[in-house]
Amino acid sequence: MIRKLLIQNGTILLKNKLVPADVLIADGKIVRIAPGLKPDRATETIDAKNLVVLPGFIDLHCHLRDPGQTHKENIASGGLSAAAGGFTSICCMPNTEPCVDCAPMVSYIVQKAREESPVRVYPIGAITKGRKGGELAELGLMREAGAVAASDDGCSVMNAGLMRTALEYAASAGLFLISHCEDKNLAGDGAVNEGYNASVAGLKPIPRAAEEVMVAREILLAETLNTRVHIAHVSTKGSVQLLREAKRRGVRVTAETCPHYFALTDDMILTYDTDYKINPPLREEADRQAVIAGLADGTIDAIATDHAPHDPDAKRVEFDTAAFGTVGFETAFAAGYTYLVKSGLMTLGRLSELMSARPAAILGFEKTGAVKAGFAADLALVNLNAFWNVEPARLLSKSKNTVFKGMELTGKVKYTVVGGLVAYENVR
Amino acid sequence: MWKEKDFLGLKDVPFAVIENILDSAAEMKRAFLASERKTSCAGKAVVTLFYENSTRTRASFELAAKALSANAMNLAVATSSVAKGESLIDNGKTLDALQARIVVIRHSVAGAPHLLAKNMAAGVINAGDGMNEHPTQALLDMFTIREKFGGFKGLKVLIAGDIKHSRVARSNIYGLRAAGAEITVCAPATLMPAGIERFGVRVVRTLREGAAGADVLMALRLQLERQKSGMFPSAAEYNRFYNLNGEIAALAKSGAIVMHPGPINRGLEISGALADGNSSVITGQVTNGVAVRMALLEMLLAK
Repeated sequence: MIRKLLIQNGTILLKNKLVPADVLIADGKIVRIAPGLKPDRATETIDAKNLVVLPGFIDLHCHLRDPGQTHKENIASGGLSAAAGGFTSICCMPNTEPCVDCAPMVSYIVQKAREESPVRVYPIGAITKGRKGGELAELGLMREAGAVAASDDGCSVMNAGLMRTALEYAASAGLFLISHCEDKNLAGDGAVNEGYNASVAGLKPIPRAAEEVMVAREILLAETLNTRVHIAHVSTKGSVQLLREAKRRGVRVTAETCPHYFALTDDMILTYDTDYKINPPLREEADRQAVIAGLADGTIDAIATDHAPHDPDAKRVEFDTAAFGTVGFETAFAAGYTYLVKSGLMTLGRLSELMSARPAAILGFEKTGAVKAGFAADLALVNLNAFWNVEPARLLSKSKNTVFKGMELTGKVKYTVVGGLVAYENVR
Repeated sequence: MWKEKDFLGLKDVPFAVIENILDSAAEMKRAFLASERKTSCAGKAVVTLFYENSTRTRASFELAAKALSANAMNLAVATSSVAKGESLIDNGKTLDALQARIVVIRHSVAGAPHLLAKNMAAGVINAGDGMNEHPTQALLDMFTIREKFGGFKGLKVLIAGDIKHSRVARSNIYGLRAAGAEITVCAPATLMPAGIERFGVRVVRTLREGAAGADVLMALRLQLERQKSGMFPSAAEYNRFYNLNGEIAALAKSGAIVMHPGPINRGLEISGALADGNSSVITGQVTNGVAVRMALLEMLLAK
């Protein structure tokens, strides 16, 4: 029997206008979009009154901590947290313990996700063995096992010669590389953005150039090889500038940023609250504005979460010792809607592209990332009028380290549909 | 006047509070020099918890606590459960259980006293945290300056040396600015913090510029490790450009004083002759340290 689901009474985005439309799903695919569709007896229904039916969000960058640090997150809890944030596909970084640098590790995640995750999980393999920056990992074998990209996320491949080889080889192995841009000599043992706030707090600074010299390097390497490269978590004005210039001259570079870089600045670190210790660090207002401008004009292609769960023991310690990162799935859309759309900086359509269509294109996923007949029925049904206070204890992620704690956001995910099945429903 | 249980820094502390502490410290100094024991904090436990080395600050706090009849106890971090991996917060809980009223903490990480303060009932005094603040050092420096000049308004203070890594510099900048002094800082660019101009200080490139017309010449200790990390090429080169010596001091106002928080690297950031000379108040600073710490402890414990 073919499973059918009808989403009734909702609205969809059509050329940036919200128009009433019902969405009929059969066998995991969208089959019809029209107003006033009637369900037959075999069709389940969702009442989407007051809800906007958006394509499900696709996260290019998250950490699921499985295997090795499952006290922080695992594939089941991470998948659930993602579903609660309206994500239908998530790409997890390989810096687990052990790290995902070979085909069996990729298979482990694929298998476990199939059994435990309510959303689609796509592993990203390491570029180098052990993420040590020494020898290439088996990129082709990892791709065969299901990896969608490769990254040594958490560090840069410091050896430029090796990175060049990796970019060259990855193209023929059918993978693209995601670069975590951080020159470790420049970043040193820094913990926060270099600037006035770091100086006031007396915390060790990370200069913007630690990111920017690597962004510049990856752009130049991709340009000379005429190959693709994707820049992870762009956080500085200088990086946005480099990307804009590179795209203008046709370099095959794409980039993502994260909600915290367009929503917050390093003012947050002045109280020494380690939840705001992020890598790359929260920057200054000029950087935040540049990131927003980059999102608006297409310099930055996608919003990713860099969902980085950490348990209290890793965060409730001295600032230098505390782990870097914030959870992000459950606040990403609301942060985007609050800071970018509601504030008038971009349309809901653009935000949706940044969270669905563009990441789908970067990943080469076809027939997903839009609400269209024939596309995968991966959907996020959101209430744009819901205000909510971010209470860490209520997050579904195992970890509660969110930079948005205590903040009022607008926009809440009510249902998440993955392949025509309800993966999440907010019952509150 | 001071409502908080903790004293973590001079940033944003109103000058009236500072003045209160300094006023009280004058009486404390008299009592301390006369070997009189005060009883205002009798029986209350004051614990020094030092994660970094210290001679004068820790000794000074212990003497101050004892001079107030408090129970002073030192927790030697190297031989304590910290060495077994006990966390800072757990340490705080333990000290609360031992009925500590004040914990004086020094730590290499900025914000560690704030973390401890947030997670324990006892009051926390910051005795130096990373590159952030060392408020009691600035209080004793201010006490020393006030003893010599009677006040702060319009005084010209040069702070020279490793400003970037110095918690002493930051606390002095906050306190002295609140008091109305004019501050000039001088350091090689690699030892100057980002955004220094926003601290409300004048930045000069040479010691000569900074010393000209100054009332106070304050040299900071240079950590020799900074040279290994390449922040300056050699001790000799540093000495050539940033050594506070008689020749530089001669450019200051007559009656100017020479200060140093100690411990001194003689011949590196300050010449031995200047440190030992008539204009030097360096040993007086140490005595005054006990007085201001007595005043601060009493302020926090008297409630």
